[in-house]
Amino acid sequence: MYQTKYHKPASVDEAVAALSSAEDGKVLGGGQTLLPTMKQHLAAPTDLVDLRGIAGMDAISAADGVLTIGAGARHADVAASATVREAIPALACLAGGIGDPAVRSMGTIGGSVANNDPAADYPAAVLGLGATVVTNSREIAADDFFEGMFSTALGEDEIITAIKFPIPSSAGYTKFPNPASRYAMVGVFVAQTGGGARVAVTGAGQDGVFRAEMMENALSSSFEAGALDGATVDSRGMLSDIHGTAEYRAHLVSVMAKRAVDSAV
Amino acid sequence: MTQIKMTVNGKSASADVPDNTLLSEFLRENLRLTGTHVGCDTSQCGACVVHVDGRAVKSCTVLAASLDGADVTTIEGVANGKELHPMQAAFKKHHGLQCGFCTPGMIMSGIDMVSRYQAEGQALTEDAIRHELEGNICRCTGYHNIVKAIEDAADQMSAPAQAAE
Ligand SMILES: Cc1cc2nc3c(=O)[nH]c(=O)nc-3n(C[C@H](O)[C@H](O)[C@H](O)COP(=O)(O)OP(=O)(O)OC[C@H]3O[C@@H](n4cnc5c(N)ncnc54)[C@H](O)[C@@H]3O)c2cc1C
Ligand code: FES
Ligand code: FES
Repeated sequence: MYQTKYHKPASVDEAVAALSSAEDGKVLGGGQTLLPTMKQHLAAPTDLVDLRGIAGMDAISAADGVLTIGAGARHADVAASATVREAIPALACLAGGIGDPAVRSMGTIGGSVANNDPAADYPAAVLGLGATVVTNSREIAADDFFEGMFSTALGEDEIITAIKFPIPSSAGYTKFPNPASRYAMVGVFVAQTGGGARVAVTGAGQDGVFRAEMMENALSSSFEAGALDGATVDSRGMLSDIHGTAEYRAHLVSVMAKRAVDSAV
Repeated sequence: MTQIKMTVNGKSASADVPDNTLLSEFLRENLRLTGTHVGCDTSQCGACVVHVDGRAVKSCTVLAASLDGADVTTIEGVANGKELHPMQAAFKKHHGLQCGFCTPGMIMSGIDMVSRYQAEGQALTEDAIRHELEGNICRCTGYHNIVKAIEDAADQMSAPAQAAE
């Protein structure tokens, strides 16, 4: 790993200041993506701004139909949180299925959402629940946040501070993990909300996470697996690689979507 | 450079480390605690797992500079003097190792999963053990004896807690 300068600010303002005065600064969340990337020399930030010294960044609370999870909440905290299990059990379950226990003890929701890996789990929940990404300077709707593979609406030096999830009447998430990496080959998050059904797909799309509209329409009329018969996604927008072809992934989306609806609580 | 002070296996350790020092490097090179192994260095194999503030983490994927004030336990810190930790004893009894390279990480992950499940009052089934071992790779054993060892150790580890009730 190349040399870098480590900072541990005590507030979001100090973190933003440290980032903006650095030549090429990067936020350090749980480090479970950034540090491996730095070790492979695929990233070489001059400065690392660790958010773990900021009090309250990992707070989890539910009020007025909204579950708020601080950006610094680790996957294991979200999986084990009684508040999350009560409000959106599918989200606790998703967090408990990310990577392995050691990754879950460090990796954070903010880091995962900021990174927008096309095979990551959290983006499916954020988009599938129509959540809001809260940053140091504004609030961004999920529909406007994810802009493509590893690309988001975040500006330079912008820090995610929390994610606000509207609590749905029911939701489910099912992923087909890649047998080697455990990342999603295809993961589908479904939610039944006041504004109709939402379906978000991760792992499969060439542009990262996306909403499956035909499936949303079918589920908005009837929120049951059978309603998805004949509702598909176009294989033309799907990833095709050594792990699976575009057609295979498109097929998996239908299968995972049905299982997600069946599992919804 | 960052000045850090942490507790490692109950003893205080302080040093001035370059900011890009990984915990695995700090343990092995500064403290000469070479029981923590580095198998892949790409965050996948789990040979480097240690406990930080009671949680299992991959020491090759944490900066030492970020751990000022942390409480770290490595494989060197789990035995009670000459008496093996029940997890170590169970690996020995069930032949849960061959070359032994993955073993420190397996033991640290094993202890972590047993404590977590016991704290939650959940049963650590064979299936759950296999699932929990997703981040620990072994090239030798085929895992069966590792799973048996963890199952057996879980029984041993619960014994004193029950006796105290
Ligand atoms: C072996 C292994 C298996 C994994 N399996 C899975 C899996 O199955 N599913 C899955 O979804 N993920 C998986 N991951 C990734 C893991 O979930 C990471 O924790 C996550 O992607 C990044 O979170 P982090 O907190 O570690 O972020 P970091 O690695 O610290 O940061 C990642 C990126 O986000 C930026 N960032 C971090 N926090 C913020 C913030 N608050 N605001 C703005 N930018 C920020 C950083 O600058 C960096 O660019 C795996 C990782 C490993 C090592
Ligand atoms: S050496 Fe750390 S996970 Fe392999
Ligand atoms: S015993 Fe050789 S790698 Fe596990």
